[in-house]
Amino acid sequence: MVKGSRDRGARFVIYGLLLFFAAIYVLPLIVMLLTSLKPLPEIYSGSIIALPHEWTVKPWIDAWGETCVGLSCHGIKGYFWNSTKMTVAAVIISTAIGMLNGYVLTKWRFKGADLLFGLILFGCFIPFQIVLIPMATLLGKLGIASSTPGLVLVHVVYGLAFTTLYFRNYYVAFPDELIRAAMIDGAKFFDIFFRILVPNSAPIVVVTVIWQFTNIWNDFLFGASFSTGESAPMTVALNNVVNTSTGEREYNVHMAAAVIAALPTLLVYIVGGRYFVRGLMTGSVKG
Amino acid sequence: MDTSTGTAPVTWSAASRWLQRSLPKLVLSPTLIVSLVFVYGFILWTAYVSLTPSKGYVIHELAGFFQYVRVWNHPRWQVAIHNLAVFGVLYIALCMALGLLIAILLDQRIRQEGTLRAIYLYPLALSFIVTGTAWKWMLNPGLGIEKLVQGWGFPNFKFDWIVSEEMAIYCVVIAGVWQATGFVMAMFLAGLRGIDHDLLKAASLDGASLPRIYWRIVIPQLRPVFMGALIILAHLAIKSYELVVALTGGGPGYATELPSTFMYAHTFTRNQLGMGAASAVMMLLTIVAIMVPYLYSEMRGARRHSH
Amino acid sequence: MRSKTIAAVAAAALGATSMTAGAQQVVEVVHWWTSGGEAAALNVLKEDMQKRGYGWKDSPVAGGGGDQARTVLRARVAAGNPPEAMQMLGFIITDYAEEGLLGDLTPVATKEGWANVVPAPLQKFDQYKGHWVAAPVNIHRTNWIWANKKIFDELKIAPPKTFDDLMAAAEKIRKAGYVPLAHGGQPWQDATIFDSAVMSAGGPDFYRKALIELDPAALGSKTMEKAFEQMMKLRGLVDPNFPGRDWNLATAMVINGKAGMQIMGDWAKGEFIKAGKKPNVDFLCFQYPGTEGDFSFNSDAFAMFKVGKSQEAAQLALASAIMDKNFQEQFNLKKGSIPARMDIADTNFDACGKKSMADLKVALKNNAMVGSFAHGHAVPESIKGAMIDVVTKFFNSGKNPSEATKQLVAAVAASK
Repeated sequence: MVKGSRDRGARFVIYGLLLFFAAIYVLPLIVMLLTSLKPLPEIYSGSIIALPHEWTVKPWIDAWGETCVGLSCHGIKGYFWNSTKMTVAAVIISTAIGMLNGYVLTKWRFKGADLLFGLILFGCFIPFQIVLIPMATLLGKLGIASSTPGLVLVHVVYGLAFTTLYFRNYYVAFPDELIRAAMIDGAKFFDIFFRILVPNSAPIVVVTVIWQFTNIWNDFLFGASFSTGESAPMTVALNNVVNTSTGEREYNVHMAAAVIAALPTLLVYIVGGRYFVRGLMTGSVKG
Repeated sequence: MDTSTGTAPVTWSAASRWLQRSLPKLVLSPTLIVSLVFVYGFILWTAYVSLTPSKGYVIHELAGFFQYVRVWNHPRWQVAIHNLAVFGVLYIALCMALGLLIAILLDQRIRQEGTLRAIYLYPLALSFIVTGTAWKWMLNPGLGIEKLVQGWGFPNFKFDWIVSEEMAIYCVVIAGVWQATGFVMAMFLAGLRGIDHDLLKAASLDGASLPRIYWRIVIPQLRPVFMGALIILAHLAIKSYELVVALTGGGPGYATELPSTFMYAHTFTRNQLGMGAASAVMMLLTIVAIMVPYLYSEMRGARRHSH
Repeated sequence: MRSKTIAAVAAAALGATSMTAGAQQVVEVVHWWTSGGEAAALNVLKEDMQKRGYGWKDSPVAGGGGDQARTVLRARVAAGNPPEAMQMLGFIITDYAEEGLLGDLTPVATKEGWANVVPAPLQKFDQYKGHWVAAPVNIHRTNWIWANKKIFDELKIAPPKTFDDLMAAAEKIRKAGYVPLAHGGQPWQDATIFDSAVMSAGGPDFYRKALIELDPAALGSKTMEKAFEQMMKLRGLVDPNFPGRDWNLATAMVINGKAGMQIMGDWAKGEFIKAGKKPNVDFLCFQYPGTEGDFSFNSDAFAMFKVGKSQEAAQLALASAIMDKNFQEQFNLKKGSIPARMDIADTNFDACGKKSMADLKVALKNNAMVGSFAHGHAVPESIKGAMIDVVTKFFNSGKNPSEATKQLVAAVAASK
């Protein structure tokens, strides 16, 4: 690194700051975990970061399999599968299309390509509640309003702006010489795509998948509006567990449910984390 | 372009040449159509509704801009605009500053960089509902941090922002910044890793001090990252509806009202579709006013540098 | 022979259709009763439906006292696939009926004689233009105060009869080191107190003129200022951490002896019962001072959407099951409210429930039963929200009752 950052004092400050921030960042997660392992009376009487006097795993068992989501008391496990189906499909489709879009916008420049990119990009900013009613009307007319395909369509539609952005920014820095060389060799549109770009896109695919997976998995508004009953995604179930307006608040079960609900996205972040930073590197020439 | 003549079928090579030339546009077109319908079409629908006297359902008669007047005269909207300015500016500025700072620190060949990075990144994996609930707990004076620090022997410690009408919005900032900084940090880290080290070595050999090197060489080279981060953060700031609802419910009273909560309440629970649509149009106009000039200048610059 | 075959086929077909008709009919119900106690109460209904041969598809959406559920409903109505039944209150039923979206329950209502047992003020909401469109589940009353008996006994306080008595009692409670008034700072909770304050300041006729008929003179009157003055004084009785607190946590403060009183509807009673407390032994229930004999009510009902002829039988069955006397009793025993039917004996209800049922009959006779403003039974949603804004802002930090009164008038005018 740069000279001057090696000496003892500077290292101390650096590590100190990093650990300080890390402590703040980790605190809410620790609070949630600790709360999920305490029995209720302890939660009300103790402090939020006190270790449990009486460790209990029951909240986790309840959250997974027994807590009541409305009238059915089978925990949130069923809804997990609903979310998985929907999210995986939407992520794959939106990533694939975004990849193609990024390719077109950077390697096949035609007049107005930048303008079109800007137009597509605006879709990143649309708050979902604004489009909820017109979307519902349109989905209703198409007959797919309360179904998984409908939900997948909705998430693909509003994910395209982001996936296009990520891939476009990544491919912009992809060396054109390779493409030109391939074209001279007679490679066509899809040949170049599949043989040159796709194999070298792993890092940005990871970034895109992480982003899309997180956003779609954690969405509540569309999930609640375009699903019914047992086919609802997990966020709806979590909301029903955590936000019941009457009755005893079983905070430990709520926290356990919240952590369980976040596990897939956490896993995706941890597993993909290594490639994450690499994927965000644009315009880097040094390997 | 070839046009087929007479009754002879178009030759295969002519057709395939046409296909190759139009393929890029064809590939892009589904996304464009989708944008046209689901983004711009719906925005037009919203603008249309904002000009009608719609209450619980759409009334199809144009009635001028009176809904906009009603929105601007509404005391909640005035609070919402003020909060948006405070929250928006602080959220974006703090996320950028903190993200950059932590990225610079992490870039100093730290041991356990991977673990630390994961710690800063994980908050974005949580849904807004979870974040809001967890922070609501921690910021609760009777249950959370205030009680904790008082228990440590500081009986006069006060941290009751969340129940104060003036300070509650800053709690939303805290929770929001906590959630998004990690992602911005990752973006800056990637940007830092892409900077030419020879340049930096040359500068430090010339005797430039560390802060100066960062200020004059590194940060300017991160301009594209700033753009990306701004887009991501602006998007998250606008979507922070669920965070506010989970953290403060819009309260105390409506002190933490934001345009997104105003729009939501009026559209869905108050049966004032026209007002909701008008507030939505104004939200979008604000976004346009900020993003379009910025994007335009960035695209221009990018085009000058590349190709 | 051929005719025998035809007859056999016909019989089989008939048998098949009747079997499938009964087994396949499912009623989808959207509601927000997701907590353990309420869900258990609702389960009684589900089992009853199963006995009648219908399936129950549960689509709960918790949160915000129904706000999230109503958003989801809006989306589904826009998409053209509303559920068979949806939990609704007050003017929301009227709004959807106006849009022509609700089905007609009159056949079953006439057959079972609902008009004779459901109080007229409820019928105003459960009917639209002479047709029944919703089946009421319960009657809640909002002008209650719930008090910790131990604190009251210890400080020798009797349930206050006037507002000044209330303030005096609160002072005693505060001096003894307890929180005088347990409250959760959420707009609807502030508005629930407002119900009682207005009723206390001007009586049911004033309440009607101001909060139901929205007469500007009444809304801007000195009597309304008095109501705001009461709100201001009550604000001084709550603990500093009240903003954002959920109502059941405030009730817990009273149950656990940390606070003396809570002004809340009788769903609070459900919390006491669940905690094993008994009325007049552990807690007291009495009317907000100045509202004795007045009944500000809200009623949950299930409205049936027009979803097609094939589902009508199931929906009518659900409506009938809701009005079933056994269900009404069971549900309300658990929920803390009283049945929507007046022909159910009060034997199994506790002291507070009995009082409510008795007061109901008296209030009806004296025309003192009014819909709760806070809970959507006084004005439509499009106006209620703006009025509650004024109330909640004032409760949090208002110092000037006459200013608030002016704002209230302006808010109503701006939302019409």
